[in-house]
Amino acid sequence: MKKVFAINLFILLLAAGGAVAQTKKAPVKKASTGAAGGASAAKPSVAKGKVVYTTYCLSCHQADGGGVPNMNPPLIKTSYVLGDKTRLINILLKGLNDEIEINGATYSNPMPAHDFLKDDDIANVLSFVRSSFGNKASPVTAAEVKKLRDAAK
Amino acid sequence: MKKTYIAGLTVLILAGALVLMSAKKLAHSGNTLPTPDEGNAGLKLPAGFGALVAADTLGGARHIAVTTAGDLYVKLARPRNGKAIIYLHDGNKDGRFDEINGFANYGGTGMYIKNGFLYASSNQEVFRYKLDANEKVVNPDQPEKIVTGLLDRRQHETKSLVVDNAGNIYVNVGAYSNSCQIKDRTPGSLGQQPCPILDSAGGIWQFKVDKQNQTYGDGVRYATGLRNVVGLDWNQQTNSLFVMQHGRDQLHDIFPDMFTTKQNADLPAECMYQLKQGSNAGWPYIYYDWMQNKKIQAPEYGGNGKKEGSKEYIDPVVAFPGHMAPNGLLFYTGTQFPEKYRNGAFIAFHGSWNRAPEPQAGFYVVFVPFKGGKPSGKWEVFADGFSGSPQQTASGRAAHRPCGLAQGPDGSLYVSDDVKGTIYRIVYNKP
Repeated sequence: MKKVFAINLFILLLAAGGAVAQTKKAPVKKASTGAAGGASAAKPSVAKGKVVYTTYCLSCHQADGGGVPNMNPPLIKTSYVLGDKTRLINILLKGLNDEIEINGATYSNPMPAHDFLKDDDIANVLSFVRSSFGNKASPVTAAEVKKLRDAAK
Repeated sequence: MKKTYIAGLTVLILAGALVLMSAKKLAHSGNTLPTPDEGNAGLKLPAGFGALVAADTLGGARHIAVTTAGDLYVKLARPRNGKAIIYLHDGNKDGRFDEINGFANYGGTGMYIKNGFLYASSNQEVFRYKLDANEKVVNPDQPEKIVTGLLDRRQHETKSLVVDNAGNIYVNVGAYSNSCQIKDRTPGSLGQQPCPILDSAGGIWQFKVDKQNQTYGDGVRYATGLRNVVGLDWNQQTNSLFVMQHGRDQLHDIFPDMFTTKQNADLPAECMYQLKQGSNAGWPYIYYDWMQNKKIQAPEYGGNGKKEGSKEYIDPVVAFPGHMAPNGLLFYTGTQFPEKYRNGAFIAFHGSWNRAPEPQAGFYVVFVPFKGGKPSGKWEVFADGFSGSPQQTASGRAAHRPCGLAQGPDGSLYVSDDVKGTIYRIVYNKP
């Protein structure tokens, strides 16, 4: 009897754990309201972009966007973030593993491609990054992402 | 009146300070330990220890080596004014270096003195410089190039080195990858089977100290399955190589369904290994879990956080919490510090980044007591406070990050910092 109880408790805990994991992930799924892979007409959402950032970007680029010296580049006031949107979107779609220099410093870790993110998610997270950490630049739209994704096909 | 009073007070304070200073000097007569800085240079140390800034703002100070005369050689990650080895000399014997000279135009990490030579590395090559009777470099512009052509693919590119008692040099070649995935650091991407990186990286290579222009074919892959080693030392008691491995990153980022962000922050262990020829520590196929005390199959290779890895891989000597980045290892053989520290290991933890969103950790020097070549107690934090504040530790925005360690001829412990280029000297002031 006791054993059964223990097993039940275990299953319950597992289920609870699963539920927690589910709720943790839910916001990201919600963030992509557009059709799978497609661009929606919705305006980019900085708030939804922050959720994407927290899930996929923060562990390397850090909560303050400052990156990690010698390893992961900062996202604060660099031309990579504030400049040409095409280059920026392509870094997300294709990744980046080149020697890049920002303010005299270099960074060793490769950035993996994030092409598994939907157009909306990429537009939202780039809009968040371009308007956070002291950055002030125009939003990125899902249509701009879609155009480059299609061009790369 | 007031002015006279203040002047008088100042004189009194100065005189008091002088008396104090000479009293301290007297206490150390016959033993020329310097007076620690006010507040021990910001470091928190065990009772009886003190610290001072021996040099500052040198640049990215990586590994360091002390000469028998008490001079210090510092390897810089990148040249500063065209110089990437800094020579420091203390002319007035106050414990602070007052003469600074530089040479060598290549950045790097490795710096070691053995049997009349200074050894230094760039990220592809190893050089050595002949030393004179005072262990001063004879000709800074004409080193012998002893190793060349080592892989530098940007990731884990630094080459740490140490020399044994039999004319061999051991050089780390870090893996140019996190976990040997088909697509590096990409969510869900599986491991390459077998991992092709291990033929020329992810291990320690052994070369001869006195042969020029050696490359892979001239050396021996001494140990493998080591993702990246920065801190390493030759243990004179066991006459063997000990290394500190930087464990893999991003368990949660790559396998979010298997590992929580908290598990990602704690795992895997940063490991100390004792190596002999042929040792295999198991990267990328396994990682060490310091909470389960087990070798665990990597998720890229069919693991799930619980499945044990192959027994063929060696166990660590000590396992520390994840991501703290052990960059310096030193077995202490001096007599200045209390008996407890004799032959024990000091480890400089550079500090983490891959614990986010959990608070970052590390940025300190720890101590592990050893007896008979084996740990004889738990590890403890020896010197903390490099980051500047608990907030700077948590955010990872540390003011200083410990990197290299060296023992002075009098048994003082030197710690380098590669953020600002501060050289700390830690001394034991008998109570």
